[in-house]
Amino acid sequence: MSFDVQKVRADFPVLAELINGKPLVYLDSANTSQKPNAVIDAMTHFMQHGYAPTNRSAYQLAADATDKFEGARAKVAAFINAPKVHEIIYTKNATEALNLIVRSWGTANLSAGDAVVLTHMEHHANIVPWQMLAAERGFTIRWVPLTSDGLLDLSNLSTLLDGAKAFSFTAMSNVLGTINPTAELCAAAHKAGAIAIVDACQAVPHMPTDVQAWDADFVTFSSHKMVGPSGLGILWGREALLDAMPPFLGGGNMISDVKLEGFTCAELPAKFEAGTQAVIEAIGLGAAVDYLTAIGMDNVRAHEYDMTVLALNSLNDRFGSDITIHGSTDAALRGATISFAYRDVHPHDISQVLDQNNVCVRAGHHCAKPLMRLLGSNATVRASFYLYNTPSDVTALCDALSEAGDFFTL
Amino acid sequence: MPGLEDLYREIILDHYKSPRNRGSLEPPAVRSEGHNPLCGDEIEVFLIVKDGIVDDIKIGGQGCSISQSSASMMSAAVKGKPVEQARALIHRFKHMMSIDEGGEEPDTSAPLGDLEALQGVVKFPVRIKCAVLSWNTLAEALDIAAE
Repeated sequence: MSFDVQKVRADFPVLAELINGKPLVYLDSANTSQKPNAVIDAMTHFMQHGYAPTNRSAYQLAADATDKFEGARAKVAAFINAPKVHEIIYTKNATEALNLIVRSWGTANLSAGDAVVLTHMEHHANIVPWQMLAAERGFTIRWVPLTSDGLLDLSNLSTLLDGAKAFSFTAMSNVLGTINPTAELCAAAHKAGAIAIVDACQAVPHMPTDVQAWDADFVTFSSHKMVGPSGLGILWGREALLDAMPPFLGGGNMISDVKLEGFTCAELPAKFEAGTQAVIEAIGLGAAVDYLTAIGMDNVRAHEYDMTVLALNSLNDRFGSDITIHGSTDAALRGATISFAYRDVHPHDISQVLDQNNVCVRAGHHCAKPLMRLLGSNATVRASFYLYNTPSDVTALCDALSEAGDFFTL
Repeated sequence: MPGLEDLYREIILDHYKSPRNRGSLEPPAVRSEGHNPLCGDEIEVFLIVKDGIVDDIKIGGQGCSISQSSASMMSAAVKGKPVEQARALIHRFKHMMSIDEGGEEPDTSAPLGDLEALQGVVKFPVRIKCAVLSWNTLAEALDIAAE
């Protein structure tokens, strides 16, 4: 199927909004993505015609709602090529999915003397839960450093992994855009006897994902970054690992039986889904998966590759030595998430001037403070592109940036 | 919609480009640190209080033009002033930033000087945190100095 960005844009009503009479230039999709009518309509339709509790009531409406809720799970499983549908666990968000792994698998498997390997480009969600458990259990955290062009420095990887029990890393950096060699990293983890945990928040929305080709053990990502609704994250894990893990949250739905003396757990996936789930959001995510599948993830990646090349070239051509773009200059090694510094103008001030032109970027530390310290700054401007961005968005970014430069020139 | 000139008044950019009282002080000066978790801005306040007077103040850290200029203006405004006056100014400034901390309405009779220029920040709610960061950090430093 051919890819037509104008057709795609027409699917996203917010992109037609005018703010103060000017069009919206949305370049913050690494933060959260906009929503197509297909998702909005699916959720609205479900609420208007089919909403009911799932997995607990016997009437027709509830049975149909359960079918739709579980149908969305099957769509997600197919989207990432998960071997089994019940290996897909709904969570509140990707952060909770990572916390679930650390609390459940980590508590059962990590103690003093053990080691976990992370990288210098992780989001706080893949750092802080490990630090919290490390403070209780006394295991050590080792860090994979970065090269000067923002790639993982794998020269000492086997030493770092030696004796480690887990290697948890991002498939794509939310700051640098770096796409990591996920399959290679999973293989290295397994060779050392460690499990491989992949934070795929920035990867699943932007490129084809195959958890079996990666040979990962756990993969986490969020609905809201892949044109689905907020309030829903996904954990995929190998059945054998999930089965062996203790439950995470306790409550309704996750039990098989409860007596005064104790409880027994439900089967997967319910074991990890305590309480009423984000049912409407799951329906929305199912629609998001259908939408992205119809467009084709190869097409999404190809479009974003083109946008990356155009954005990198345009920024460099127009601003030369005034701009410092972090991360790799090779679009084949990165996604369309571009962090930069512009002269000595503070990112927050740049984003303020850009906002006057409705150019929406993120300014700040992007929840990756260890990486920011490595870059030697406490904030960057980040422009991130998705399937609905166009070359004219790149022009709008450059024009607004040039205005910011004029404004802050002495 | 408020324009950029409402926010970035000339005097603000002047303080940003030529910050006053920039640097650090060695102990026995007290030190406090403020972070804006939203954007990563950091402010350090070094303070010497002698006989109830803000004898010296230095500002460290890094941040956007609003947070840095606010810190610079603040340091100039409180240096050499009695601690009580500094505290009253913190209260008044936060009130101007529409932050209601309860307590009495601040006395607004005295001129604010350069600080007046930060009034436009209120029209940009996201930036209020930037402007207030150094003032909260100063309040903390005054508390430490009073211990």
